[in-house]
Amino acid sequence: MNLTAPFLAAIAKLLSGATVRWHECQPDTCQRVYFANHTSHLDALVLWASLPGEIRNLTRPVAAKDYWSKTRLRRYMAQCFHAILIDREEIKVHQSPVDVMIREIGKTYSLIVFPEGRRNPGEEMEEFKSGLYYLSKKRPDLELVPVYIDNLNRVLPRGEFLPVPLLSCITIGPPIWLEPNESKAEFLKRAREAVRRLKDV
Amino acid sequence: MIAMPSVWIACLTLAQLPSTSTRLDARTNILLGSVLVLLGVAYFVGRALRRQPESTANPAVVRTFNLRVRAWWMMFAILIAGLLMGYVATVVLFGLISFWALREFITMTPTRRGDHRTLFWTFVVFTPLQYVLVGLREYGLYTVMIPVYASLFIPARIAIAGDPKRFLERVAKIQAGLLICVYCLSHAPAILSLELTTGSPEARWIIGQDAQRQPIYGSNASVLFFFVLIVQLNDVFQYLWSQLLGKRIIAPQINASRTWEGLIGGTLSTMLLGMLLSWATPFGMFWAGLISGAVALAGFAGSMTMSGIKRDRGVKDYGTLVSGHAGVLDRIDSLCFAAPVFFHLTRFFFSKL
Repeated sequence: MNLTAPFLAAIAKLLSGATVRWHECQPDTCQRVYFANHTSHLDALVLWASLPGEIRNLTRPVAAKDYWSKTRLRRYMAQCFHAILIDREEIKVHQSPVDVMIREIGKTYSLIVFPEGRRNPGEEMEEFKSGLYYLSKKRPDLELVPVYIDNLNRVLPRGEFLPVPLLSCITIGPPIWLEPNESKAEFLKRAREAVRRLKDV
Repeated sequence: MIAMPSVWIACLTLAQLPSTSTRLDARTNILLGSVLVLLGVAYFVGRALRRQPESTANPAVVRTFNLRVRAWWMMFAILIAGLLMGYVATVVLFGLISFWALREFITMTPTRRGDHRTLFWTFVVFTPLQYVLVGLREYGLYTVMIPVYASLFIPARIAIAGDPKRFLERVAKIQAGLLICVYCLSHAPAILSLELTTGSPEARWIIGQDAQRQPIYGSNASVLFFFVLIVQLNDVFQYLWSQLLGKRIIAPQINASRTWEGLIGGTLSTMLLGMLLSWATPFGMFWAGLISGAVALAGFAGSMTMSGIKRDRGVKDYGTLVSGHAGVLDRIDSLCFAAPVFFHLTRFFFSKL
């Protein structure tokens, strides 16, 4: 645990003006997978920052290796919030991203994932990638918590590097689990719907 | 419960006034003291109302009242802190309020991807620059920087970004936000930079030949406080008169609670209050009444304009837009519109130009 983490969290919260709403869900240190819509590079940082301190220390965002290991500053920041960097270009058979995640979190850490796989430029959310399904299949004990991130894409849109300090809102919803006999497509659709529904609460 | 710390801050600062501050004169202290008493009364009335059963007190009205009182405590604490720490501190505090209000304004208005760099300029360059110019007392620059140069820069920058869709609309949104939240509000702390006199020579033809040009020292703080007080109480008066006599709604689709009766009754009450408080200003009773009337009308215009913007966007309060935020813009809309009016009237008639 280093000192820059709370500092970084405070900056992120100040810059994004993020309001955090826990909707039918309470902060808890149990092992969870927070899955959210992805519209901005700030998503992981701000969602991580808006969790309460003790939970934040136990939560590791999953981020793209190609972006977060590019410059020294990004590498340093990724290290600060214990990011699990996933190589998007080179996916190995025995080292699939899901295996890496499960190995890294052990029995203590929670995860932040963006199942859309890439930042979404449009209004509607894209289809979810299957990682969330396999994660839940291999570790059915993990609580899957949907999160809707609103307005952060205006703070730092795709392709920009200077943020504009608008106000954003993060809604954390009730957990879901993989049902027995639920197919991959059904589950991913349900998970996507769980995130989308938080837009209107 | 946020009110309680600010009560203590206010009490502590007031207790220290005679020894530490030479800037706040007796008039300011009397004005501050009476407002403190009023706020205390409002605070306890609000608490008492909250304990009333729902049949006697409408809970929604009580809630609004308590939110208002809380906002007043914050305003009071900010003003006192600024006035005690000096001109620059007051300018900085108002700058922060502007920044937050602009944040709410732009968050609520949809902008497009191509506006990002323009917004960056608006937040990071124009907003601080305006307050730096006010801090440097550069009247000639801060009165034209936003209405002329920023207003020309914004459409040009959006054009360079290359997105023609709804071009004029997007330009207008950013210009309006900058004008209302930053430019207008910055005239409030600028009141402290005026060299007040009992009547400027240029205004002699209207105030009267015997108007004297005696400079008044140390009373700017009380003039600024007088202004904020008049605007806030004008909101209350208009609301009360609307509740008492209100029948003819001015624009039901914009704001269903603003009536002609409220506007007229409120403005007259504000003029009367201004006359009663004229001892805190260099205006004299007659002019204090007239200036208060102008401020009342400007404050009304501000509330109506902001209601119009909110209805267009389909939100009730800026505060509910991103829940949990205080809704700074809801509290200062009338202040924004009234600040330039009050500033220029005071500057033209009662200061060394």
